[in-house]
Amino acid sequence: MTVANPAELEQGLQPQGWLKYFSFSLDHKVIGIQYLVCGFLFYFIGGALAGVIRTELASPLSDFVSRDTYNEVLTLHGTIMIFLWIVPVVNGAFGNYLIPFYVGARDMAFPRLNAVAFWLIPPAGILLISSYFLAGAASQSGWTAYPPLSLTTPAAGQIVWILSVLLLGGSSIFGGINFIATVLKLRRPGLKMMQLPMFCWAMLGTSILVVLSTPVLAGTLILLSFDIIAHTGFFNPALGGNVVVYQHLFWFYSHPAVYIMVLPAFGLVSEILPVHARKPLFGYATMVYSIMAIVVLGLIVWAHHMFTSGTPPWMRLFFTIATSFIAVPTGIKFFNWLATLWGGKIALNSAVLFSCAFIFNFVFGGITGVALAQVPFDIHVHDTYFVVAHFHYIVYGGSVFVIFASLYHWYPKFTGRLLNEDLGRLHFLLTFIGFNLCFAPQHWLGLNGMPRRVAEYDPAFTTWNQVSSVGALLMAISTLPLVINVVLTAVSGPLAGDNPWRALTPEWLTTSPPPVENWAGEAPLVTEPYGYGEHPGAMDLGGLSGRDLWSTGKS
Amino acid sequence: MDTRLSQTTPASVVVAAPESESHASHADHRLFGLATFLVADGMTFAGFFAAYLTFKAVNPLPEGSSYELELILPSINTVLLLVSSLTFHRAGVTCRSGQMTRSQAWLLVTTALGAAFLAGQMVEYFSLPFGLRDNLFASTFYALTGFHGLHVTLGVICILVVYWQARPGGRITAASHFGLEAAELYWHFVDGIWVVLYGILYLL
Repeated sequence: MTVANPAELEQGLQPQGWLKYFSFSLDHKVIGIQYLVCGFLFYFIGGALAGVIRTELASPLSDFVSRDTYNEVLTLHGTIMIFLWIVPVVNGAFGNYLIPFYVGARDMAFPRLNAVAFWLIPPAGILLISSYFLAGAASQSGWTAYPPLSLTTPAAGQIVWILSVLLLGGSSIFGGINFIATVLKLRRPGLKMMQLPMFCWAMLGTSILVVLSTPVLAGTLILLSFDIIAHTGFFNPALGGNVVVYQHLFWFYSHPAVYIMVLPAFGLVSEILPVHARKPLFGYATMVYSIMAIVVLGLIVWAHHMFTSGTPPWMRLFFTIATSFIAVPTGIKFFNWLATLWGGKIALNSAVLFSCAFIFNFVFGGITGVALAQVPFDIHVHDTYFVVAHFHYIVYGGSVFVIFASLYHWYPKFTGRLLNEDLGRLHFLLTFIGFNLCFAPQHWLGLNGMPRRVAEYDPAFTTWNQVSSVGALLMAISTLPLVINVVLTAVSGPLAGDNPWRALTPEWLTTSPPPVENWAGEAPLVTEPYGYGEHPGAMDLGGLSGRDLWSTGKS
Repeated sequence: MDTRLSQTTPASVVVAAPESESHASHADHRLFGLATFLVADGMTFAGFFAAYLTFKAVNPLPEGSSYELELILPSINTVLLLVSSLTFHRAGVTCRSGQMTRSQAWLLVTTALGAAFLAGQMVEYFSLPFGLRDNLFASTFYALTGFHGLHVTLGVICILVVYWQARPGGRITAASHFGLEAAELYWHFVDGIWVVLYGILYLL
């Protein structure tokens, strides 16, 4: 049985040119770019909020914003960065743009659902941010919205926060359903699962996590809103309720959420490194099994966030062991990336620099993660800046660095133009130094007992907080070369050609930018997406050394 | 710029296979998508069930709380829903074999059973000795059964839409009946959830 593809039917009704990015477009490439640009707008808003936090923390007293405002700012910062920046960009933007190419399809399995999923995001984001202005007070209970705190802070802001997160969760679930159906059902005939580029496996694993865990968060937040509006007592101890149940349900989503943010990044890095090292991805099968192991383990480790919530000893033991186990598949991936680079003809362009920095940062964040999984250590640093540092090493040092790497790698495909390498490496340098300057000192602050989410601190912590704030300033400045680069290149950048990196994955075997149906002719059947070194054509660099590859667009 | 590689096709790339699908049409994966969504929906219920069981295990109700449930009405309701699954199945079978009038009749029976279930639920709500805010059990009871009731209500509306579409000259025919199959899958899911809910909430 066949059905007409809506994308085909409505093609004539769609606006063309730049207007299509503001339309209910069904083209997966347009939707991918919509996710990307929308995500970056929210990134700048969330970044400005981070600037407010670091400015406040530059001095021990609460002298820049009021304490309540500080709570609102940190809540909005966390919620925006997670739900409106990283999740939509690593899943929605790159997933939508690349997955149909990788499976050899003309579009996603459900193009209309795809557009609906994207168009839930701007209203949810505006709703969230408007709560700061409209409702009098935005949510102040952090992105975790733990009761009883979330039951005692201003109710209107908390309800708007819940509505917004429910919309974003719905968007995420619709996207996940689409990715699962596309990878499993829309593969080009003849293309086997074990021949797919690694990003497909990463998105499949991520989408399984999204479908299994996001609905639990939705249900939990509905119960929380009952507690706020109808004064039921699900999570209110004063009414006989149980706050720990909220924490269990919340972390059943929010721990996998870390993998929802970082697994796609793993996949993207696995695409970028082989191309620029001119080597096959090392250990393809072990990469696949690692992703699936992380999916399974990721679902059974949530209570390691709750070691100080009166967790019984057997539960602590189980969750410590399960969490430590995640280091094994993650370590396999880490060594596979190193082995991919080993002996390769590495082009040290911005994409590779960001990817390598990702490996560095992520190992650091991973090690502190294993440390935090150990109950005695976790109890010492729980709710301190050590956790803040660890978390940002994972999601900023991990996911955001990969978003930048992917932007430099795929920008030529999106626009047909190569980003400027000098500005790119300046962006990298500022980001890398700024990031480490900002977050490395926070480990020390946390170990010495500086609590998170508090606007004031012991003056003994002043120096390292100021170092951290300088790092944040550098990170803010680092967005300038990025924005300048993207704008200048879009206007007058050097033409990239169809395949500037001479990559073998299917998105490069078409024009840049690609036509509406992805390929002018039949979809290519790529059975060895990383066949560098095995085919003379892929290794013939025309007398150029690998280091020169980055500048080919200029000549 | 050297673009030789982008011009030459590597050996691993095979272009053009006659069986590859065009953009205009591809196989219908909507039921697969719906099934994936129902897995997600099932996880929402799983979260509620987990919360209920934990509350039951660790949060004793205060002295004198009323939490007794009558078994007769919900048991009748369970039978109603199980029978409605059977009648919907008959509607699907008759539709696929082209007997649209009989299919419509089975759909009407299913609607009636679903509506009867909802009516039974209402009667139970009004006869219970506790309200939404009385205690933790009461709150969880209404949240769980209410969330399921919403699903049944949506299901009944879907069946009525499908009934309308299955009229002579309507959208649903023996050859093309996605709407009916989707509603049927959803209805079986809602019935299955009820059986679990009945076991946990009323029998346990």
